[in-house]
Amino acid sequence: MSLDILAYGAFFLTMALTYAIMCLGLNIQWGQTGLFNVGIAAFVAIGAYVSAILTTPETPDRFGGFDLPIVVGWLGASIAAGLAAWLVGALTIRLRSDYLAIATFGVAVSVQLCVLNIQPLTGGAFGVGFIPRPFGSLAGNPLTFSLANLALTACVVLGLYLALEHLTKSPWGRVLRAIREDEVAAQALGKRPIRFRLQAFTIGGAIMGLAGAVQGHFIGFIAPDNYLPILTFQVWAMLIVGGSGNNRGAILGAVLVWGLWALTAAAVSAFVPPEQQARASSLQIVAIGVGLCLILLLRPRGILGEGRSSIAGRFKPKSKAQQKFKE
Amino acid sequence: MPLPKTDTAENPASARTAVVEARNLVKRFQGMTAVSDMSLTLSAGEMVGLIGPNGAGKTTLFNLIAGSLKPTSGEIWIGGRDVSQDSPEKRITRGVGRTFQIPRPFLDMSVLDNVLAGAQAQDGEKLFANFLRPGHVRRQEQAAREKARALLDFVTLSGLESQPAKVLSGGQRKLLELARILMADPQAILLDEPAAGVNPALLETIMKRVIALNAQGKSILLIEHNMDMVSRLCSRVVAMAQGKPLAEGTPADVAADPAVIEAYLGGAA
Repeated sequence: MSLDILAYGAFFLTMALTYAIMCLGLNIQWGQTGLFNVGIAAFVAIGAYVSAILTTPETPDRFGGFDLPIVVGWLGASIAAGLAAWLVGALTIRLRSDYLAIATFGVAVSVQLCVLNIQPLTGGAFGVGFIPRPFGSLAGNPLTFSLANLALTACVVLGLYLALEHLTKSPWGRVLRAIREDEVAAQALGKRPIRFRLQAFTIGGAIMGLAGAVQGHFIGFIAPDNYLPILTFQVWAMLIVGGSGNNRGAILGAVLVWGLWALTAAAVSAFVPPEQQARASSLQIVAIGVGLCLILLLRPRGILGEGRSSIAGRFKPKSKAQQKFKE
Repeated sequence: MPLPKTDTAENPASARTAVVEARNLVKRFQGMTAVSDMSLTLSAGEMVGLIGPNGAGKTTLFNLIAGSLKPTSGEIWIGGRDVSQDSPEKRITRGVGRTFQIPRPFLDMSVLDNVLAGAQAQDGEKLFANFLRPGHVRRQEQAAREKARALLDFVTLSGLESQPAKVLSGGQRKLLELARILMADPQAILLDEPAAGVNPALLETIMKRVIALNAQGKSILLIEHNMDMVSRLCSRVVAMAQGKPLAEGTPADVAADPAVIEAYLGGAA
C-alpha cells in the first residue's frame, strides 16, 4: 500500500515537473521580459508532436515513425518549438502587449486545429500512441519506473533552472529587465529591445516545446485534447501563484497548482456520482480560479515574489515598504 | 545596414571638429511645427547652453539628435557622419548620450545595475557568450563593476549602490542618469534640465560634476532654464523660440538680447 502511494507520489511529482518546465519557459517570456504569451499550448503541442514523430516506431498510416532515441526527440522538439516561437515572434513581437496576447492565442488555436486535422502527420483526434517512455524496460516495476522517471525529469528541471538562473543574473538578463522597466531609456543606452524580446520569446518557446516532449514521453500517448487553451491557463496560474519573475517560484507554483488540480480531480471522483463526473470536472478549473484570486488578493507578487537581481534582493522588505508608500 | 561612410574632404563637420551638428532640422507633429529650420553645432570639448521659453522646441531638438524622433527634414551629423536615419540604439554607439528631462531610471533595479546597464559592447549581453565564454564574460563584468562603482562615487551615490533606484530622490535620480550615461563613455552628452527640481546643495554637486566632465574633454549640450547656472557653465548659449534659433553668443549677450527678452516675456504674457 505505502509503496503504491510512493509510486503515485513519484508519478504526481513527475507530471508537476513537466508543467514546471513550461512554467520556466513562460517565466523567461513574461516574468523576465513582460511578453504576454497566451499561446503556450501551441509550443507545447509542437514539441510533443515533433518528438513523438521522431521517436515512435514506423506506423503504416502515419508519416514519421523514425524510431530515433528519446534524446533526439527532446532536442528536435526544442528546436522545432523554438523555431516556431521565433517565427511567431518575428511577426508579432512589435505589437503592444494586449495585441501580442491576441495574436499568440490565435496561434495556439490554429496549432491545435492543425494537430486535430492533419491526420496523416498527427493521427488526428486519436493522437499518437506508443511513444517510447524513458526507462521503458523498467515498466514492469511501477515504483522503480516512476522513481527513475522522476529523477530524470528532476534533472531536466534542475539543469534548466541553473541555466536560466545563470542567464537571469548575466548582463543579458540585466538588459531584459532594463527593457521591461523602461524601453525608451534602454534604447537611449544602446540596447535593442526587439532583438532581446525575440531572443527571450524564442528561448521560452523552445523550453515549452521541451516540456511538451518530456510530458509526451512520460505518458506515452498524446492527443489534441491535451493542448486546449486550458493548458495555457493552467501554466499562467502556476506562474502567478509561484511568483512571476522568479524561477524557483515557477517550479513551486507548478507543483502547487498541479497538486490542487489532482486533489480536486480526486475529490470529484470520490464525491460526485459517476454520471455527473464529466460535468463536475469543470469544478477543477473553478478551484484554480479561486486559488488564483486568493493569491492575487493576499500575495499579489506570488508566493515567492520576484527574486531580484543579485544584490538588490536583500533589500526587498524596504522596497516593498516603498511601494506601499507610493500607492 | 549601410557601411560607415568614410570622411571626405568636403565634409564640413570634420573640418570644424564638430561632435554634433544639426542642419536645418524640421520636425512637424500633425500640423504643429515643433522645430523649424534649426541648425546647431557642438564642437569638441565645448559646453553649450540651450535656452528658450517653454514650448520652444528644446526637448524636441534633443529627441531628434538622440534619435527618439525622426526629423521631418534636415540632417543630424555625429562625429562627421550622417546619422539622421539611425535608430536611437545606434546613436549611442556613435558617441552621443542623453539624459531625460524627467529622469527615467530602471526603478526596480539596483542603483549599481542601473549604471551597469549603460555599459557598451558587453559580450555578456550576447545570449550564447554567457555559456560559451563564461570566464571572459565574468572578467568583463568585473571590470564594468569597478568602473560603475567609480562613477557612482563620482556622482556621490556610492553608499546607495545596492538599493533599488526607486528609493532615490528626484535629484539623486538625475545624478544616477548621469552616471549611467557616463558608463557608455560618450564623447558628447545631451543634458536635459539637470537642475530642475533639485535642491540647492545637490544642484551644486551636479554643477561641479558637469564642469569636471567638460574638463575631461566631454562636449556637453545643456538645456537649462536657470540662467545663473547657464552663465556659470557655458561659454556659448543658443536661444530658441518657436522651433527656431533666436540668438547665439555669450551668456551675457544672449540674456541682454531684446529678442530673447521679448520671447520669454511674450511667452509669459
